[in-house]
Amino acid sequence: MDLLAHLATGFSVAATPINLLYALVGCLLGTLIGVLPGIGPVATIAMLLPATYALPPVSALIMLAGIYYGAQYGGSTTAILVNLPGESSSVVTTLDGYQMARQGRAGPALAAAGLGSFFAGCVGTLLLAAFAAPLTEMAFAFGPAEYCALMVLGLVGAVVLASGSLLKAIAMIILGLLLGLVGTDVNSGLARFTMDTPELADGIGFVAVAMGVFGYGEIITNLAKSGEDREVFTAKVQGLMPTREDLRQMMPSVLRGTALGSVLGVLPGGGAVLASFAAYTLEKKIKLKAGEVPLGQGNIRGVAAPEAANNAGAQTSFIPLLTLGIPPNAVMALMVGAMTIHNIQPGPQVMTVNPELFWGLIASMWIGNLMLIVLNLPMIGIWIKLLTVPYHYLFPAIVLFCAIGVYTTNNATFDIALVAAFGLAGYVFYKLGCEPAPLLLGFVLGPMMEEYLKRALKLARGDWSVFITRPLSAALLLVALILVLMVLLPAVKSKRQEAFVED
Amino acid sequence: MSIKSEKDFASGVMFIATGGGFAWASATEYTIGTASQMGPGYFPLVLGLILSMLGAFILFFSLVVETPDGGKIGGFAWRPLLCILGANLAFGALLGGLPSIGLPSMGLVVATVALTVIAAMADETAFQIRRVLVLSTILAGGSYGIFIALLGLTMPVWPAFLAV
Repeated sequence: MDLLAHLATGFSVAATPINLLYALVGCLLGTLIGVLPGIGPVATIAMLLPATYALPPVSALIMLAGIYYGAQYGGSTTAILVNLPGESSSVVTTLDGYQMARQGRAGPALAAAGLGSFFAGCVGTLLLAAFAAPLTEMAFAFGPAEYCALMVLGLVGAVVLASGSLLKAIAMIILGLLLGLVGTDVNSGLARFTMDTPELADGIGFVAVAMGVFGYGEIITNLAKSGEDREVFTAKVQGLMPTREDLRQMMPSVLRGTALGSVLGVLPGGGAVLASFAAYTLEKKIKLKAGEVPLGQGNIRGVAAPEAANNAGAQTSFIPLLTLGIPPNAVMALMVGAMTIHNIQPGPQVMTVNPELFWGLIASMWIGNLMLIVLNLPMIGIWIKLLTVPYHYLFPAIVLFCAIGVYTTNNATFDIALVAAFGLAGYVFYKLGCEPAPLLLGFVLGPMMEEYLKRALKLARGDWSVFITRPLSAALLLVALILVLMVLLPAVKSKRQEAFVED
Repeated sequence: MSIKSEKDFASGVMFIATGGGFAWASATEYTIGTASQMGPGYFPLVLGLILSMLGAFILFFSLVVETPDGGKIGGFAWRPLLCILGANLAFGALLGGLPSIGLPSMGLVVATVALTVIAAMADETAFQIRRVLVLSTILAGGSYGIFIALLGLTMPVWPAFLAV
């Protein structure tokens, strides 16, 4: 069988003792750096990349895979413990993860994130090995119109993330899209909305927005409350591991998340970003069992599903990277950088010209996943200890790591000022009851959406009906429409009930 | 007509202003183009218009729909706001220096101490200068150890006039 032969090739390259050691070291380093609040996977990999220059290509990629998984898990850890998403995909993890931590259930949340990721990673690896070639063709079936429709669907899904006003959530998405457009326009080379600030020519950094709006906004909000009301962790920490009940609850979510993530991850350009959002949206739509906490208030499903989707997506996003040469996100872009440093040109030829490397890389991704579980499940107890540090010690440290993390991504003082501006914005958003999660998704998708919209309409000679005449695009938009109606209907119904009561 | 929800009223104003700003800038400064040949102003103009329209809706509803508590915004927490953002800005200015006001780069250590002290002032009740100085020393040492010694990041560590 091809599948087994491929995997055997991969593991024979990747699973040598020395490579396993590199995977372990990478994972350890990645976790330790990634867990610092304010420093997400992108910053971590960028910082640790030079450490892999001296290694042979396969070992270097294996170590990078370890760093990647470690950093990603580290990012989820800070998302859960201190409400700081290190990258776009862990934005969703903050929603329920942080709530769980506040209720003293940080341990199960961390374990759910780890176990969900591991399971998804295993499935992703198998899928990658079995379907790399046919899945590539599916990616080809997606034209610009389909991508546009997919993004509309993703953005509509983001509305579901917000628990408050629907109109405000949509407005926040649009504001995010607009903020994402700041910087040089790829087509005309014009610097848009930069107010003649050269530092803004490259656009606003994701890290600056995330740290400012989530990190600083949260800290200021917390400090504004008097000592007793402060939303830190007053609840007793109950158990480090998930209970049997937790596991039973999260298992179906992990499966759903994995399936969604695997499919969306294949689409180049943002599929993997959408995966975690889509998985969360799906979980929110599934009926609550009796006695279950609603999503957004600390439900373990809200942690397990997006984490699984994210990891499955990360795994299958190697398909566009290795077959089309398109990196689907910033982390993968760094991996491409690392590959080119080692004289490997990503693209369709890797699979045929360099099969050991291709399958070795896939196997190493799985090994990185495994190391993560081996390393991190025992460490959950240590991370929980972080929560017992008094807040007056913790918050200056978080501010410091945010500032350093932002500075190191571009080595620019300007970015630090930018975080301050977004910190102010974050506090204002909180005061006005506007939720920031949809803003961040819009921000990530803004430039991509403009690009695909432009291309789709150019190909259709300016005819907007292209979005409904192409079946795949029409189907995606239909699903988006149904989603909007599903969100709207209960609101309309309750409004009408209110009206009846008043009568 | 009175404001029924302060929060929504202010959000509406905010969205109208930002949306309008983006739309105005796109329309006046960049080429709009047509749907088949979109200029750099097309997409932001459309988004800006939608945003201000949504803002107008939110504003309208804030004047019409009753909210239980009047959607009060409440006072701003100026002290934490200014301290946290100020600490952050001071860190940036001290780390890289600000040539425009003749401030030389003071390096990571000085910047860390300044950030910690200013940030800690955000919490009046728990502020004790000795404790804060101990914390700042630990953080300065720790970040030197992690970022400079271990990761070898290039950023100024000591004030520029001390380094020869």
